Amino acid sequence: MSAALRWPLRAVLLGLAVFVIFGPLANLLIWSVAEAWFWPNKLPSQWGFRFWEVVFRPTGRAMESLWLSVWIALLTTAASLALSIPAGYALARGRLPWRPVVLLLFLMPQAFPSLPVYINIAQIFFAFDLNGTVPGVVLVHTVHGLVYSVWIATAAFAAIEPELEQAARNMGAGAPRTFFEVTLPLAAPGLVASAIFVFLESLDEFTGSFFVGAPEVRTLPLLLYNAAAGGNIQIASISALILLVPSVAFMLLVERFLKGEVMAKLGR
Amino acid sequence: MGPNRNISILLTVPALVVVALLFIYPLGFSLVGAFQDKAGAWTLGNFGRAWDLYRLDTAFTVVIVLVSCALIAFFSVAIGGYLTLGESRVAKAILNFVYRWPLFIPFIVAAQCMRTFIARNGMMNMTLVYFGILDLDQVQGFLDWRGIVFTFVWKQTPFVALMVAGAMAGLDRATIEAARNLGASRLRILVEIVVPQVSRTLAVGLVLSFVTMMSVLSVPLMLSGQSPSMLTVNMAWRINSVGDYGTANALGFVSYLMTGFAAWFYLRHGMRERAGR
Repeated sequence: MSAALRWPLRAVLLGLAVFVIFGPLANLLIWSVAEAWFWPNKLPSQWGFRFWEVVFRPTGRAMESLWLSVWIALLTTAASLALSIPAGYALARGRLPWRPVVLLLFLMPQAFPSLPVYINIAQIFFAFDLNGTVPGVVLVHTVHGLVYSVWIATAAFAAIEPELEQAARNMGAGAPRTFFEVTLPLAAPGLVASAIFVFLESLDEFTGSFFVGAPEVRTLPLLLYNAAAGGNIQIASISALILLVPSVAFMLLVERFLKGEVMAKLGR
Repeated sequence: MGPNRNISILLTVPALVVVALLFIYPLGFSLVGAFQDKAGAWTLGNFGRAWDLYRLDTAFTVVIVLVSCALIAFFSVAIGGYLTLGESRVAKAILNFVYRWPLFIPFIVAAQCMRTFIARNGMMNMTLVYFGILDLDQVQGFLDWRGIVFTFVWKQTPFVALMVAGAMAGLDRATIEAARNLGASRLRILVEIVVPQVSRTLAVGLVLSFVTMMSVLSVPLMLSGQSPSMLTVNMAWRINSVGDYGTANALGFVSYLMTGFAAWFYLRHGMRERAGR
Protein backbone atom coordinates (compact mmCIF):
# COMPACT_ATOMS: atom_id res chain seq x y z
CA MET A 1 0.00 0.00 0.00
CA SER A 2 1.37 3.42 -0.87
CA ALA A 3 2.13 5.78 1.97
CA ALA A 4 -0.25 8.41 0.63
CA LEU A 5 -3.19 6.04 1.05
CA ARG A 6 -2.38 5.06 4.61
CA TRP A 7 -3.77 8.02 6.50
CA PRO A 8 -7.13 8.12 4.70
CA LEU A 9 -7.53 4.40 5.36
CA ARG A 10 -6.57 4.79 9.01
CA ALA A 11 -8.97 7.69 9.39
CA VAL A 12 -11.86 5.73 7.90
CA LEU A 13 -11.24 2.66 10.09
CA LEU A 14 -10.71 4.69 13.26
CA GLY A 15 -13.78 6.77 12.46
CA LEU A 16 -15.78 3.58 12.06
CA ALA A 17 -14.51 2.28 15.40
CA VAL A 18 -15.36 5.55 17.13
CA PHE A 19 -18.84 5.51 15.56
CA VAL A 20 -19.58 1.92 16.54
CA ILE A 21 -18.28 2.37 20.10
CA PHE A 22 -19.62 5.82 20.92
CA GLY A 23 -22.68 5.88 18.63
CA PRO A 24 -24.83 3.78 20.98
CA LEU A 25 -23.81 5.98 23.93
CA ALA A 26 -24.53 9.15 21.97
CA ASN A 27 -27.93 7.79 21.00
CA LEU A 28 -28.66 7.13 24.69
CA LEU A 29 -27.59 10.64 25.61
CA ILE A 30 -29.79 12.21 22.94
CA TRP A 31 -32.83 10.18 23.98
CA SER A 32 -32.40 11.34 27.58
CA VAL A 33 -32.99 14.95 26.51
CA ALA A 34 -35.50 14.29 23.71
CA GLU A 35 -39.03 15.38 24.55
CA ALA A 36 -40.35 14.54 21.11
CA TRP A 37 -38.59 12.48 18.42
CA PHE A 38 -40.59 11.11 15.53
CA TRP A 39 -39.69 8.96 12.56
CA PRO A 40 -38.04 9.83 10.21
CA ASN A 41 -36.44 12.87 11.85
CA LYS A 42 -32.71 12.45 12.33
CA LEU A 43 -32.80 14.43 15.55
CA PRO A 44 -35.49 15.17 18.15
CA SER A 45 -37.95 17.91 17.26
CA GLN A 46 -38.17 19.01 20.87
CA TRP A 47 -35.34 19.00 23.38
CA GLY A 48 -35.56 19.46 27.11
CA PHE A 49 -35.05 18.15 30.60
CA ARG A 50 -38.68 17.33 31.35
CA PHE A 51 -37.94 13.63 31.89
CA TRP A 52 -34.89 14.38 34.04
CA GLU A 53 -37.24 16.29 36.30
CA VAL A 54 -39.55 13.28 36.41
CA VAL A 55 -36.67 10.98 37.32
CA PHE A 56 -35.08 13.25 39.91
CA ARG A 57 -38.34 14.28 41.58
CA PRO A 58 -37.56 13.47 45.23
CA THR A 59 -40.75 11.45 45.61
CA GLY A 60 -40.31 9.65 42.31
CA ARG A 61 -39.74 5.94 41.93
CA ALA A 62 -36.42 6.41 40.17
CA MET A 63 -34.76 8.15 43.11
CA GLU A 64 -36.17 5.52 45.42
CA SER A 65 -34.65 2.82 43.18
CA LEU A 66 -31.32 4.63 42.98
CA TRP A 67 -30.95 4.89 46.76
CA LEU A 68 -32.11 1.31 47.19
CA SER A 69 -29.50 0.14 44.66
CA VAL A 70 -26.75 2.15 46.36
CA TRP A 71 -27.79 0.79 49.77
CA ILE A 72 -27.77 -2.81 48.48
CA ALA A 73 -24.39 -2.26 46.80
CA LEU A 74 -22.92 -0.86 50.06
CA LEU A 75 -24.20 -3.82 52.08
CA THR A 76 -22.90 -6.22 49.43
CA THR A 77 -19.46 -4.57 49.48
CA ALA A 78 -19.30 -4.73 53.27
CA ALA A 79 -20.32 -8.41 53.29
CA SER A 80 -17.87 -9.33 50.53
CA LEU A 81 -14.96 -7.58 52.25
CA ALA A 82 -15.79 -9.09 55.63
CA LEU A 83 -15.65 -12.55 54.04
CA SER A 84 -12.82 -12.06 51.57
CA ILE A 85 -10.22 -10.23 53.70
CA PRO A 86 -9.77 -13.16 56.13
CA ALA A 87 -10.08 -15.72 53.32
CA GLY A 88 -7.67 -13.84 51.05
CA TYR A 89 -5.16 -13.45 53.88
CA ALA A 90 -5.30 -17.17 54.69
CA LEU A 91 -5.01 -18.09 51.01
CA ALA A 92 -2.00 -15.81 50.51
CA ARG A 93 -0.13 -16.25 53.79
CA GLY A 94 -1.52 -19.20 55.71
CA ARG A 95 -0.86 -22.91 55.46
CA LEU A 96 -4.12 -23.95 53.93
CA PRO A 97 -4.65 -27.57 52.90
CA TRP A 98 -6.12 -27.99 49.40
CA ARG A 99 -5.30 -24.39 48.55
CA PRO A 100 -5.72 -24.74 44.73
CA VAL A 101 -9.07 -26.49 45.22
CA VAL A 102 -10.28 -23.72 47.53
CA LEU A 103 -9.25 -21.03 45.04
CA LEU A 104 -11.01 -22.95 42.28
CA LEU A 105 -14.14 -23.24 44.41
CA PHE A 106 -14.31 -19.45 44.67
CA LEU A 107 -14.03 -19.26 40.90
CA MET A 108 -16.96 -21.61 40.30
CA PRO A 109 -19.73 -18.97 40.25
CA GLN A 110 -17.90 -17.49 37.26
CA ALA A 111 -17.49 -20.82 35.45
CA PHE A 112 -21.17 -21.79 35.25
CA PRO A 113 -24.03 -19.96 33.59
CA SER A 114 -25.50 -18.17 36.59
CA LEU A 115 -29.15 -17.95 35.56
CA PRO A 116 -30.23 -21.54 36.39
CA VAL A 117 -28.49 -21.15 39.76
CA TYR A 118 -30.39 -17.93 40.51
CA ILE A 119 -33.66 -19.67 39.69
CA ASN A 120 -32.93 -22.32 42.28
CA ILE A 121 -31.68 -19.81 44.86
CA ALA A 122 -35.06 -18.10 44.49
CA GLN A 123 -36.79 -21.43 45.04
CA ILE A 124 -34.70 -22.13 48.16
CA PHE A 125 -35.17 -18.56 49.45
CA PHE A 126 -38.91 -19.05 49.15
CA ALA A 127 -38.81 -21.38 52.15
CA PHE A 128 -36.94 -18.76 54.21
CA ASP A 129 -39.08 -15.78 53.15
CA LEU A 130 -36.03 -14.14 51.61
CA ASN A 131 -37.58 -13.53 48.19
CA GLY A 132 -38.41 -9.89 47.58
CA THR A 133 -36.29 -8.74 50.53
CA VAL A 134 -33.14 -6.63 50.65
CA PRO A 135 -31.14 -9.26 52.60
CA GLY A 136 -32.04 -11.84 49.93
CA VAL A 137 -30.75 -9.63 47.13
CA VAL A 138 -27.62 -8.73 49.13
CA LEU A 139 -26.84 -12.43 49.65
CA VAL A 140 -27.15 -13.17 45.93
CA HIS A 141 -24.95 -10.19 45.00
CA THR A 142 -22.39 -11.16 47.65
CA VAL A 143 -21.83 -14.64 46.21
CA HIS A 144 -21.31 -13.12 42.81
CA GLY A 145 -18.95 -10.49 44.27
CA LEU A 146 -16.88 -13.03 46.22
CA VAL A 147 -15.36 -14.37 43.00
CA TYR A 148 -13.63 -11.05 42.43
CA SER A 149 -13.02 -9.99 46.00
CA VAL A 150 -11.41 -13.25 47.15
CA TRP A 151 -9.11 -13.46 44.14
CA ILE A 152 -8.11 -9.80 44.28
CA ALA A 153 -7.62 -9.88 48.07
CA THR A 154 -5.44 -12.99 47.75
CA ALA A 155 -3.31 -11.26 45.12
CA ALA A 156 -3.10 -8.07 47.20
CA PHE A 157 -1.88 -9.93 50.30
CA ALA A 158 0.49 -12.12 48.31
CA ALA A 159 2.16 -9.01 46.84
CA ILE A 160 3.34 -7.78 50.26
CA GLU A 161 6.93 -8.60 51.17
CA PRO A 162 6.90 -11.06 54.11
CA GLU A 163 10.04 -9.33 55.43
CA LEU A 164 7.97 -6.27 56.37
CA GLU A 165 5.71 -8.37 58.59
CA GLN A 166 8.73 -10.20 59.95
CA ALA A 167 10.34 -6.88 60.90
CA ALA A 168 7.23 -5.80 62.81
CA ARG A 169 7.15 -9.11 64.63
CA ASN A 170 10.84 -8.83 65.50
CA MET A 171 10.20 -5.43 67.06
CA GLY A 172 7.72 -7.05 69.38
CA ALA A 173 4.37 -6.49 67.69
CA GLY A 174 1.88 -9.33 68.11
CA ALA A 175 0.25 -11.10 65.18
CA PRO A 176 -3.01 -9.06 65.32
CA ARG A 177 -1.15 -5.76 65.64
CA THR A 178 1.14 -6.70 62.72
CA PHE A 179 -1.89 -7.53 60.59
CA PHE A 180 -3.81 -4.34 61.35
CA GLU A 181 -0.88 -1.92 61.34
CA VAL A 182 1.38 -3.36 58.64
CA THR A 183 -0.32 -5.92 56.41
CA LEU A 184 -3.77 -4.37 56.05
CA PRO A 185 -2.58 -0.83 55.19
CA LEU A 186 -0.16 -2.25 52.61
CA ALA A 187 -2.92 -4.33 51.01
CA ALA A 188 -5.39 -1.44 51.13
CA PRO A 189 -5.06 -0.23 47.50
CA GLY A 190 -5.86 -3.69 46.15
CA LEU A 191 -8.68 -4.17 48.62
CA VAL A 192 -10.18 -0.79 47.70
CA ALA A 193 -10.05 -1.73 44.02
CA SER A 194 -11.86 -4.99 44.77
CA ALA A 195 -14.43 -3.13 46.90
CA ILE A 196 -15.17 -0.70 44.06
CA PHE A 197 -15.47 -3.61 41.69
CA VAL A 198 -17.93 -5.47 43.93
CA PHE A 199 -19.90 -2.25 44.47
CA LEU A 200 -20.28 -1.69 40.72
CA GLU A 201 -21.13 -5.34 40.01
CA SER A 202 -23.89 -5.13 42.60
CA LEU A 203 -25.14 -1.76 41.34
CA ASP A 204 -25.47 -3.11 37.79
CA GLU A 205 -26.63 -6.63 38.62
CA PHE A 206 -29.81 -7.62 36.80
CA THR A 207 -30.39 -11.38 36.59
CA GLY A 208 -30.17 -12.24 40.29
CA SER A 209 -32.28 -9.23 41.31
CA PHE A 210 -34.80 -10.18 38.63
CA PHE A 211 -35.44 -13.63 40.15
CA VAL A 212 -34.86 -12.96 43.85
CA GLY A 213 -35.79 -9.31 44.32
CA ALA A 214 -38.58 -8.48 41.86
CA PRO A 215 -41.16 -7.12 42.13
CA GLU A 216 -40.86 -5.97 45.76
CA VAL A 217 -37.20 -4.90 45.66
CA ARG A 218 -37.01 -2.64 42.64
CA THR A 219 -33.35 -1.81 42.02
CA LEU A 220 -32.36 0.69 39.35
CA PRO A 221 -31.56 -1.98 36.71
CA LEU A 222 -35.02 -3.49 37.27
CA LEU A 223 -36.60 -0.04 36.97
CA LEU A 224 -34.66 0.49 33.74
CA TYR A 225 -35.95 -2.82 32.40
CA ASN A 226 -39.55 -2.03 33.35
CA ALA A 227 -39.33 1.43 31.80
CA ALA A 228 -37.89 -0.04 28.59
CA ALA A 229 -40.49 -2.82 28.47
CA GLY A 230 -43.19 -0.19 28.99
CA GLY A 231 -41.88 1.78 26.01
CA ASN A 232 -40.73 4.69 28.13
CA ILE A 233 -37.49 5.33 26.27
CA GLN A 234 -36.56 8.57 28.04
CA ILE A 235 -36.90 7.21 31.58
CA ALA A 236 -35.00 4.05 30.56
CA SER A 237 -32.24 6.15 28.95
CA ILE A 238 -31.85 8.41 31.97
CA SER A 239 -31.73 5.40 34.33
CA ALA A 240 -29.10 3.85 32.06
CA LEU A 241 -27.07 7.08 32.19
CA ILE A 242 -27.21 7.11 35.98
CA LEU A 243 -25.84 3.55 36.00
CA LEU A 244 -23.23 4.49 33.43
CA VAL A 245 -21.60 7.35 35.33
CA PRO A 246 -20.03 5.35 38.20
CA SER A 247 -18.81 2.68 35.78
CA VAL A 248 -17.05 5.11 33.47
CA ALA A 249 -15.62 7.07 36.41
CA PHE A 250 -14.22 3.80 37.73
CA MET A 251 -12.74 2.91 34.36
CA LEU A 252 -10.83 6.19 34.20
CA LEU A 253 -9.74 5.65 37.81
CA VAL A 254 -8.47 2.10 37.55
CA GLU A 255 -6.76 2.39 34.23
CA ARG A 256 -3.51 2.01 36.13
CA PHE A 257 -4.65 -1.26 37.71
CA LEU A 258 -5.97 -2.62 34.45
CA LYS A 259 -2.74 -3.02 32.59
CA GLY A 260 -3.00 -5.60 29.88
CA GLU A 261 0.01 -7.45 31.28
CA VAL A 262 -2.00 -8.21 34.43
CA MET A 263 -5.07 -9.26 32.45
CA ALA A 264 -2.92 -11.64 30.43
CA LYS A 265 -2.14 -13.57 33.61
CA LEU A 266 -5.82 -14.43 34.10
CA GLY A 267 -6.54 -18.11 33.77
CA ARG A 268 -2.93 -19.19 33.93
CA MET B 1 5.15 -16.29 59.11
CA GLY B 2 1.41 -16.17 58.61
CA PRO B 3 -1.41 -17.98 60.32
CA ASN B 4 -1.04 -21.67 61.05
CA ARG B 5 -3.12 -24.42 59.50
CA ASN B 6 -6.07 -24.30 61.89
CA ILE B 7 -6.38 -20.52 61.88
CA SER B 8 -6.09 -20.52 58.06
CA ILE B 9 -8.99 -22.94 57.81
CA LEU B 10 -10.99 -20.88 60.31
CA LEU B 11 -10.41 -17.68 58.31
CA THR B 12 -11.51 -19.29 55.03
CA VAL B 13 -14.58 -21.14 56.32
CA PRO B 14 -17.07 -18.22 56.42
CA ALA B 15 -16.50 -17.36 52.74
CA LEU B 16 -16.56 -21.05 51.78
CA VAL B 17 -19.84 -21.58 53.63
CA VAL B 18 -21.45 -18.71 51.74
CA VAL B 19 -20.28 -20.09 48.37
CA ALA B 20 -21.39 -23.60 49.37
CA LEU B 21 -24.85 -22.56 50.56
CA LEU B 22 -25.60 -19.95 47.93
CA PHE B 23 -23.86 -21.42 44.92
CA ILE B 24 -22.92 -25.10 45.18
CA TYR B 25 -26.17 -26.10 46.89
CA PRO B 26 -28.49 -24.34 44.40
CA LEU B 27 -26.30 -25.65 41.58
CA GLY B 28 -26.88 -29.18 42.85
CA PHE B 29 -30.55 -28.33 43.27
CA SER B 30 -30.76 -27.33 39.60
CA LEU B 31 -28.94 -30.50 38.46
CA VAL B 32 -31.26 -32.75 40.47
CA GLY B 33 -34.35 -30.70 39.58
CA ALA B 34 -33.68 -31.27 35.88
CA PHE B 35 -34.36 -35.01 36.42
CA GLN B 36 -37.37 -34.77 38.73
CA ASP B 37 -41.04 -34.15 38.12
CA LYS B 38 -43.24 -31.96 40.33
CA ALA B 39 -43.81 -34.80 42.80
CA GLY B 40 -40.06 -35.46 43.09
CA ALA B 41 -40.02 -38.73 41.12
CA TRP B 42 -37.11 -39.37 38.73
CA THR B 43 -37.97 -38.65 35.11
CA LEU B 44 -36.58 -37.57 31.76
CA GLY B 45 -39.87 -35.80 30.98
CA ASN B 46 -38.35 -32.35 31.55
CA PHE B 47 -35.87 -32.97 28.77
CA GLY B 48 -38.67 -34.27 26.54
CA ARG B 49 -40.62 -31.06 27.07
CA ALA B 50 -37.47 -28.98 26.61
CA TRP B 51 -36.77 -30.81 23.35
CA ASP B 52 -40.35 -30.37 22.07
CA LEU B 53 -40.57 -26.68 22.91
CA TYR B 54 -37.04 -25.35 22.74
CA ARG B 55 -34.87 -27.36 20.36
CA LEU B 56 -34.97 -24.50 17.88
CA ASP B 57 -34.03 -22.00 20.57
CA THR B 58 -31.20 -24.24 21.73
CA ALA B 59 -29.73 -24.30 18.24
CA PHE B 60 -30.37 -20.57 18.02
CA THR B 61 -28.44 -19.99 21.27
CA VAL B 62 -25.49 -22.05 20.03
CA VAL B 63 -25.38 -20.13 16.74
CA ILE B 64 -25.60 -16.71 18.42
CA VAL B 65 -22.88 -17.50 20.93
CA LEU B 66 -20.54 -19.11 18.39
CA VAL B 67 -20.97 -16.33 15.83
CA SER B 68 -20.34 -13.79 18.60
CA CYS B 69 -17.21 -15.64 19.72
CA ALA B 70 -15.87 -15.75 16.15
CA LEU B 71 -16.42 -12.01 15.70
CA ILE B 72 -14.96 -11.22 19.13
CA ALA B 73 -11.86 -13.27 18.25
CA PHE B 74 -11.50 -11.49 14.90
CA PHE B 75 -11.86 -7.97 16.29
CA SER B 76 -9.70 -8.54 19.36
CA VAL B 77 -6.87 -9.99 17.25
CA ALA B 78 -7.24 -7.04 14.86
CA ILE B 79 -7.10 -4.52 17.71
CA GLY B 80 -4.28 -6.28 19.55
CA GLY B 81 -2.43 -6.79 16.29
CA TYR B 82 -2.61 -3.15 15.32
CA LEU B 83 -1.52 -2.04 18.80
CA THR B 84 1.50 -4.36 18.52
CA LEU B 85 2.48 -4.02 14.87
CA GLY B 86 0.96 -0.68 13.87
CA GLU B 87 3.31 1.97 12.57
CA SER B 88 1.49 5.16 13.43
CA ARG B 89 1.89 6.26 17.03
CA VAL B 90 -1.08 8.61 16.76
CA ALA B 91 -3.42 5.95 15.37
CA LYS B 92 -2.30 3.49 18.04
CA ALA B 93 -2.93 6.02 20.81
CA ILE B 94 -6.42 6.80 19.49
CA LEU B 95 -7.31 3.12 19.14
CA ASN B 96 -5.93 2.36 22.60
CA PHE B 97 -8.09 5.07 24.11
CA VAL B 98 -11.24 4.18 22.19
CA TYR B 99 -11.49 0.41 22.18
CA ARG B 100 -11.85 -0.31 25.90
CA TRP B 101 -14.87 1.89 26.66
CA PRO B 102 -17.58 -0.79 26.46
CA LEU B 103 -15.67 -2.96 28.96
CA PHE B 104 -17.13 -1.19 31.97
CA ILE B 105 -20.53 -0.42 30.58
CA PRO B 106 -23.08 -2.68 32.29
CA PHE B 107 -24.88 -5.18 30.06
CA ILE B 108 -28.26 -3.68 30.84
CA VAL B 109 -27.04 -0.22 29.84
CA ALA B 110 -25.53 -1.66 26.65
CA ALA B 111 -28.86 -3.32 25.90
CA GLN B 112 -30.73 -0.04 26.36
CA CYS B 113 -28.20 1.78 24.13
CA MET B 114 -28.66 -0.78 21.37
CA ARG B 115 -32.45 -0.72 21.62
CA THR B 116 -32.24 2.79 20.22
CA PHE B 117 -28.99 2.72 18.23
CA ILE B 118 -29.71 -0.23 15.92
CA ALA B 119 -33.49 0.13 15.83
CA ARG B 120 -35.16 0.98 12.53
CA ASN B 121 -35.23 4.67 13.44
CA GLY B 122 -31.94 4.51 15.35
CA MET B 123 -28.82 6.56 14.93
CA MET B 124 -27.00 3.90 12.91
CA ASN B 125 -29.59 3.89 10.15
CA MET B 126 -30.01 7.66 10.30
CA THR B 127 -26.27 8.18 9.91
CA LEU B 128 -26.10 5.76 6.98
CA VAL B 129 -28.99 7.66 5.36
CA TYR B 130 -27.25 10.97 6.07
CA PHE B 131 -24.12 9.83 4.25
CA GLY B 132 -26.23 8.51 1.38
CA ILE B 133 -25.17 4.90 1.94
CA LEU B 134 -28.76 3.83 2.59
CA ASP B 135 -32.07 5.04 1.28
CA LEU B 136 -34.73 5.99 3.81
CA ASP B 137 -37.16 3.36 2.53
CA GLN B 138 -34.48 0.65 2.64
CA VAL B 139 -33.73 0.90 6.34
CA GLN B 140 -34.52 -2.01 8.60
CA GLY B 141 -34.23 -2.61 12.31
CA PHE B 142 -31.74 -5.05 13.78
CA LEU B 143 -33.60 -5.80 16.98
CA ASP B 144 -33.46 -9.57 16.59
CA TRP B 145 -30.66 -12.15 16.74
CA ARG B 146 -28.37 -9.77 14.87
CA GLY B 147 -28.88 -7.16 17.57
CA ILE B 148 -27.99 -9.69 20.26
CA VAL B 149 -24.78 -10.63 18.41
CA PHE B 150 -23.95 -6.94 17.85
CA THR B 151 -24.37 -6.16 21.56
CA PHE B 152 -22.39 -9.19 22.74
CA VAL B 153 -19.52 -8.39 20.35
CA TRP B 154 -19.63 -4.71 21.31
CA LYS B 155 -19.50 -5.53 25.02
CA GLN B 156 -17.05 -8.46 25.07
CA THR B 157 -14.48 -7.48 22.41
CA PRO B 158 -12.70 -4.95 24.69
CA PHE B 159 -12.37 -7.59 27.41
CA VAL B 160 -10.74 -10.15 25.11
CA ALA B 161 -8.78 -7.47 23.22
CA LEU B 162 -7.32 -6.18 26.49
CA MET B 163 -6.10 -9.68 27.37
CA VAL B 164 -4.80 -10.39 23.87
CA ALA B 165 -3.09 -7.01 23.52
CA GLY B 166 -1.43 -7.55 26.89
CA ALA B 167 -0.13 -10.96 25.85
CA MET B 168 1.09 -9.56 22.52
CA ALA B 169 2.92 -6.73 24.30
CA GLY B 170 4.80 -9.32 26.34
CA LEU B 171 6.09 -11.20 23.29
CA ASP B 172 9.71 -11.29 22.30
CA ARG B 173 10.13 -8.55 19.70
CA ALA B 174 13.23 -10.17 18.20
CA THR B 175 11.33 -12.79 16.16
CA ILE B 176 8.95 -10.13 14.88
CA GLU B 177 11.82 -7.86 13.87
CA ALA B 178 13.62 -10.77 12.24
CA ALA B 179 10.53 -11.63 10.18
CA ARG B 180 10.18 -7.96 9.19
CA ASN B 181 13.80 -7.85 8.04
CA LEU B 182 13.19 -10.92 5.92
CA GLY B 183 10.41 -8.98 4.22
CA ALA B 184 7.31 -10.60 5.72
CA SER B 185 4.20 -8.44 5.58
CA ARG B 186 2.63 -7.32 8.85
CA LEU B 187 -0.49 -9.40 8.20
CA ARG B 188 1.64 -12.48 7.73
CA ILE B 189 3.61 -11.75 10.90
CA LEU B 190 0.33 -11.35 12.79
CA VAL B 191 -1.17 -14.61 11.51
CA GLU B 192 1.94 -16.78 11.53
CA ILE B 193 4.03 -15.46 14.41
CA VAL B 194 1.98 -13.37 16.83
CA VAL B 195 -1.42 -15.12 16.99
CA PRO B 196 -0.05 -18.65 17.57
CA GLN B 197 1.89 -17.35 20.59
CA VAL B 198 -1.15 -15.70 22.21
CA SER B 199 -3.68 -18.39 21.30
CA ARG B 200 -3.88 -19.60 24.89
CA THR B 201 -4.80 -16.15 26.21
CA LEU B 202 -7.26 -15.71 23.36
CA ALA B 203 -8.89 -19.04 24.20
CA VAL B 204 -9.24 -18.12 27.89
CA GLY B 205 -10.89 -14.83 26.96
CA LEU B 206 -13.27 -16.56 24.57
CA VAL B 207 -14.29 -19.25 27.08
CA LEU B 208 -14.96 -16.58 29.73
CA SER B 209 -16.98 -14.61 27.18
CA PHE B 210 -18.86 -17.78 26.22
CA VAL B 211 -19.97 -18.35 29.83
CA THR B 212 -20.89 -14.68 30.19
CA MET B 213 -23.05 -14.73 27.06
CA MET B 214 -24.77 -17.89 28.27
CA SER B 215 -25.61 -16.13 31.56
CA VAL B 216 -26.79 -12.70 30.48
CA LEU B 217 -30.56 -12.30 30.57
CA SER B 218 -30.97 -8.58 30.01
CA VAL B 219 -29.55 -8.42 26.48
CA PRO B 220 -31.73 -11.10 24.79
CA LEU B 221 -34.72 -10.07 26.90
CA MET B 222 -34.50 -6.42 25.91
CA LEU B 223 -33.34 -6.79 22.31
CA SER B 224 -35.44 -9.66 21.08
CA GLY B 225 -38.25 -10.91 23.23
CA GLN B 226 -40.00 -12.84 20.48
CA SER B 227 -39.35 -16.33 19.18
CA PRO B 228 -36.83 -17.69 18.46
CA SER B 229 -34.97 -16.54 21.52
CA MET B 230 -32.07 -17.54 23.73
CA LEU B 231 -32.24 -20.21 26.45
CA THR B 232 -31.88 -17.57 29.17
CA VAL B 233 -35.15 -15.97 28.05
CA ASN B 234 -36.84 -19.40 27.87
CA MET B 235 -35.78 -20.23 31.42
CA ALA B 236 -37.07 -16.90 32.74
CA TRP B 237 -40.36 -17.54 30.91
CA ARG B 238 -40.75 -21.07 32.35
CA ILE B 239 -40.28 -19.66 35.87
CA ASN B 240 -42.11 -16.35 35.81
CA SER B 241 -45.05 -17.22 33.58
CA VAL B 242 -45.55 -20.96 33.91
CA GLY B 243 -43.92 -21.76 37.27
CA ASP B 244 -42.35 -24.81 35.62
CA TYR B 245 -39.06 -25.43 37.43
CA GLY B 246 -38.53 -28.85 35.88
CA THR B 247 -38.23 -27.66 32.28
CA ALA B 248 -36.28 -24.57 33.35
CA ASN B 249 -33.76 -26.79 35.14
CA ALA B 250 -33.54 -29.09 32.12
CA LEU B 251 -32.70 -26.04 29.99
CA GLY B 252 -30.19 -25.00 32.67
CA PHE B 253 -28.60 -28.43 32.39
CA VAL B 254 -28.33 -27.95 28.63
CA SER B 255 -26.58 -24.61 29.15
CA TYR B 256 -24.14 -26.22 31.63
CA LEU B 257 -23.39 -28.85 28.99
CA MET B 258 -22.67 -26.15 26.42
CA THR B 259 -20.26 -24.26 28.68
CA GLY B 260 -18.77 -27.56 29.79
CA PHE B 261 -18.12 -28.38 26.16
CA ALA B 262 -16.48 -24.98 25.63
CA ALA B 263 -14.25 -25.53 28.69
CA TRP B 264 -13.37 -29.04 27.51
CA PHE B 265 -12.46 -27.70 24.09
CA TYR B 266 -10.18 -25.14 25.72
CA LEU B 267 -8.52 -27.69 28.00
CA ARG B 268 -7.93 -30.13 25.16
CA HIS B 269 -6.43 -27.32 23.11
CA GLY B 270 -4.15 -26.42 26.05
CA MET B 271 -3.05 -30.04 26.49
CA ARG B 272 -2.19 -30.45 22.85
CA GLU B 273 -0.23 -27.22 22.91
CA ARG B 274 1.75 -28.39 25.92
CA ALA B 275 2.32 -31.81 24.37
CA GLY B 276 3.64 -30.13 21.23
CA ARG B 277 6.33 -28.27 23.07
